[in-house]
Amino acid sequence: MHTTSQLIELGAIILGLGLLGAVSVRFSISPIPLYLLAGLAFGSGGVLPLDTSEEFVATGAEVGVILLLFTLGLEYTASELVGTLRTSARVGLADLVLNAVPGAATALLLGWGPIAAVALAGITYVTSSGIAAKVISDLGWLGNRETPAVLSILVFEDLAMAAYLPILTALLAGAGLLGGATALLVAGVTIAAILFVALRYGRFVERFVASPSDEVLLLKVLGLTLLVAGIAEHLQVSAAVGAFLVGIALSGPLAHSARQLLSPLRDLFAAVFFVFFGLRTDPGDLRPMLGVAALLATATAVTKLGTGWFAARRARVAVPGRIRAGTALVSRGEFNIVIAGLAVSAGITPRLGSLAAAYVLILAVAGPLLARAAEPLTRSYLRNRA
Amino acid sequence: MDLERTALPGIGLQHVFATGRGRRIGVISHRTGRRDLVLYDTRDPDTCLLTVPLTPEEADALAELLGTGRIVERLAELNRQAEGLVTEQIPLAAGTPYDGRPLADTQARTRTGASIVAVIRDGQVIASPRPDFVFAAGDTVMVVGTAEGTAAVTALFSGG
Repeated sequence: MHTTSQLIELGAIILGLGLLGAVSVRFSISPIPLYLLAGLAFGSGGVLPLDTSEEFVATGAEVGVILLLFTLGLEYTASELVGTLRTSARVGLADLVLNAVPGAATALLLGWGPIAAVALAGITYVTSSGIAAKVISDLGWLGNRETPAVLSILVFEDLAMAAYLPILTALLAGAGLLGGATALLVAGVTIAAILFVALRYGRFVERFVASPSDEVLLLKVLGLTLLVAGIAEHLQVSAAVGAFLVGIALSGPLAHSARQLLSPLRDLFAAVFFVFFGLRTDPGDLRPMLGVAALLATATAVTKLGTGWFAARRARVAVPGRIRAGTALVSRGEFNIVIAGLAVSAGITPRLGSLAAAYVLILAVAGPLLARAAEPLTRSYLRNRA
Repeated sequence: MDLERTALPGIGLQHVFATGRGRRIGVISHRTGRRDLVLYDTRDPDTCLLTVPLTPEEADALAELLGTGRIVERLAELNRQAEGLVTEQIPLAAGTPYDGRPLADTQARTRTGASIVAVIRDGQVIASPRPDFVFAAGDTVMVVGTAEGTAAVTALFSGG
């Protein structure tokens, strides 16, 4: 029967992801590259193609993107976003230019056209805030003097994503430059409105959602997020952006409980999303892209190191802290795959998906390793020089 | 003593100060209620050597061990030493404008010259409340300052 085989496949996938997750916990690495590899193994041209459960996985993947963006929005309060924009605009712009340009240039050199260039620019730009936060807390860097600067960069990237995603979706929909500008305007106005509401009337949104029962809260928050995401998609602003804005509008203790309630759901659906992305990527395409991905990864690791160095130096932090700041920023992960997923499903060359998969595979693993090595290496270097 | 306060977006707040002997100590207040006690490297002020995560209960216990006795001593000493300085205990009645608002909002020291040195809540002494400490009706606020200063704080809490 159709449903039984669906259940068996789905169960096998999720159990498999659980086992991979256990491996990632054991070695304290990000599970994202493992999920991607799992998707690659099962996908088109992989060792064990799936067929019956693709539809469910596809919907699950979409929900995964929405929840990823929603929890990203929850991470920072509206006042933090506005405050960061005031204090760290220069560092944030340096980060944007340094890390987006290599991606855009690569896409143009490969002859994929300007829209793919915009997509690849986004893919190389965004640091994985999830991996960066984990690196910082695992290595006990939370109290370090460079950490506020690193966090500010992550917040700035967050805001940049809110502007970038609608432009990208408009361009991908073939709206052209004018359409892109309109989308940016619509998005800009919506974001400003949401920030205003969250700063001024956040209490009312919270009062509407708040409930002493976890169950009611979960259903209200999830429903509101999916609804706003759907409406945003309908208005061509991208579901992801809608979800992100709902996250920003919620703050305070409510955001905290919402995050706790929704994290397990997000983990489940985000894992499904990474598998789905891997599923649609042909492993045969991956090999020719590996060289380009390695070059791009090296180049943008260097530019992130530069960004961290610059940000920490502005915060008057000495050399070891500048290096730590850089290495904390190198990792790429979830949102880079989200961007690639948007681009590929809109019909941009599938090789972009392969390149992004290889790129994230490299940097999601290399980033944390680099961060771990940073301290011993700088210490021995400084000792040798002294 | 200079207390450095830094916002950590997405995490919470960090307070750091240097002791008289030059050790830098800090507390990271997570939004989740977790507190990290951090100690910095003596040679490199940027780097923290040790991070001790504390649950809210552990942090309260530590604060009490470090704070309460000293506060009482300090108050007694202040009363003895400085003529003209008074301590005042101000109960927060229901309907006070600061119910649910942080200490920073009162700007008590700037506006009145008097300092809020402790808050008594449910029989427990919260010594040296931080700027993000949130008042609730029913708290008793201990204020030290001149007679005019403490009177001004009383007025502040009762609706000024």
